[in-house]
Amino acid sequence: MAEEVKLMKGNEAIAHAAIRYGVDGYFGYPITPQSEVLETFMAEKPWETTGMVVLQAESEVAAINMIYGGAGTGKRVMTSSSSPGVSLMQEGISYMAGAELPCLVVNVMRGGPGLGTIQPSQADYFQTVKGGGHGDYRLITLAPASVQEMADFVGLGFELAFKYRNPAVILADGIIGQMMEKVVLPPFHPRRTDAEVDAECPWAARGKKAGRKRNVITSLELDPAAMEVNNNRFQDKYKDIEVHEVRYEEYHCEDAEYMLVAFGSSARICQKVVEIARAEGIMLGLLRPITLWPFPSEILSQYAYQVKGMLVVELNAGQMIEDVQLAVEGRVPVKHFGRLGGIVFTPDEVLDALKRLIINPTK
Amino acid sequence: MENEIIKPENLVYEKPKLMNDNAMHYCPGCSHGVIHKLIAEVIADMGMEEETIGVSPVGCAVFAYNYIDIDWEEAAHGRAPALATAIKRLNPNKMVFTYQGDGDLAAIGTAETIHAANRGENIVIIFVNNAIYGMTGGQMAPTTLIGMKTSTCPYGRDVALNGFPLKIGNILAQLDGTCYVTRQSVQNAAAVRKAKKALRKAFENSMAQKGTSVVEFVSTCSSGWKMSPEQANQWMEENMFPFYPLGDLKNVES
Repeated sequence: MAEEVKLMKGNEAIAHAAIRYGVDGYFGYPITPQSEVLETFMAEKPWETTGMVVLQAESEVAAINMIYGGAGTGKRVMTSSSSPGVSLMQEGISYMAGAELPCLVVNVMRGGPGLGTIQPSQADYFQTVKGGGHGDYRLITLAPASVQEMADFVGLGFELAFKYRNPAVILADGIIGQMMEKVVLPPFHPRRTDAEVDAECPWAARGKKAGRKRNVITSLELDPAAMEVNNNRFQDKYKDIEVHEVRYEEYHCEDAEYMLVAFGSSARICQKVVEIARAEGIMLGLLRPITLWPFPSEILSQYAYQVKGMLVVELNAGQMIEDVQLAVEGRVPVKHFGRLGGIVFTPDEVLDALKRLIINPTK
Repeated sequence: MENEIIKPENLVYEKPKLMNDNAMHYCPGCSHGVIHKLIAEVIADMGMEEETIGVSPVGCAVFAYNYIDIDWEEAAHGRAPALATAIKRLNPNKMVFTYQGDGDLAAIGTAETIHAANRGENIVIIFVNNAIYGMTGGQMAPTTLIGMKTSTCPYGRDVALNGFPLKIGNILAQLDGTCYVTRQSVQNAAAVRKAKKALRKAFENSMAQKGTSVVEFVSTCSSGWKMSPEQANQWMEENMFPFYPLGDLKNVES
């Protein structure tokens, strides 16, 4: 079958990809700049084609708990929101991590704190990779840098979420959500049959069949010894994910003397910075973490033996830089450049910052 | 003489098949045990034990999943109707119910309760109203009566300070999405028999896709009320029933 190339927004690509991937349910609440996700689902009416359930919830709190309910029955369920709405979802996300439920949460980030701004931002890095909700847990976090990756990461997110029985997050931002690009949508996968869900999710609450113990989806365990066993199981799983699921992209890194580290839309801008710098004779490379957790610490650690300095470029006040600093352990200078308030940096600004902070630092 | 009582043909009552042998954590005299038993009986009577998914709350009934031998999901505080919404929509052939206390349903979960009922989700909401937070040690609930003493209104509920007791059942009965809202109790045998019929109707409504059914149980909390079970039942009849009168608040036949 010939590839179907379409022109659409990142938010629209999320919805189209989910329908084609055979997702069972989407539950969401409107918030700028991601409302096109719910709007696209409603316009497409997938309940008439694939049987997918789509529901506008009364709040983000309800939406994430609908996801909990659906995921507990073994279904592929997802939600999307933007920063203030995702803050409201943190309780439910923590519960899902604690109940080991697979799901996909899309955050199309905008600036904060508070209501902040509806303009793009990457200021929810800490919230997503360091916790957000309460308790010791981790979220598999994918950072798309194109509309194509918005579509692709729906499939990847569900694959990883079910492989590890853990929530996965697509951490996008207002730029990726709103910009239009060419995208090749995935082919149609039929939704799993009930028998296939039964087979894939023997742990799910789907009605207790005679001969098996009842399945209970819960994060509660009041016996400290048993709860520690649960916590250790989670931690072992997270270590396993850190070993097997790190993803990143290298752009002109092989001969780089300096390195930019950036994710998502910042990485798109940094590609241009690399091209301009190289035209000026500066041997610059870009390392783009695709998984923000698990973080590509090992490859960054290796590059600390090759490059003279790293500039971490983020649309925030300096968040991912902490993970880069932990990875390189002080072997090379690591500086941060960012803009705040919904302002997006130009490639020239980034290059100036590189020269000022890394190549010719003023003492 | 042969012991007549153990002959199968003389069996008049047995422990519900879906109630397991786990020791209950509920206090003596608590209404939860009787209500659990009725739910277990109704599910088994309908032959739906393999198709039922329960959603337990945060509160005393958080461990409902330890006693009724069906599949369960345990919700965050107040969110049970949101879970049940998705469970039922994604699995329309399953029988889905929530089991919630007054704090869970009528305080922290008011929005989820009202919106699930207003959408007419084909679920059963079982609401145990004992006018107090039992699990956390007897604090004021949204349904605590005026003048009633709890650990967070130790001088009695004061309207100026705490507002009025919430008649959430009456609110739910006004919503177009509900088909059946009834207020029941389980303090004596006659009430238990009526309550079982109400539960059966509610579960049947959910499978007939009639909309949301709500069965409220006006209940006691001997420990929280600091009374003997017998005193608590009497206090409930004298004080709770006048404010929360029993009977159907709404029953849409057809």
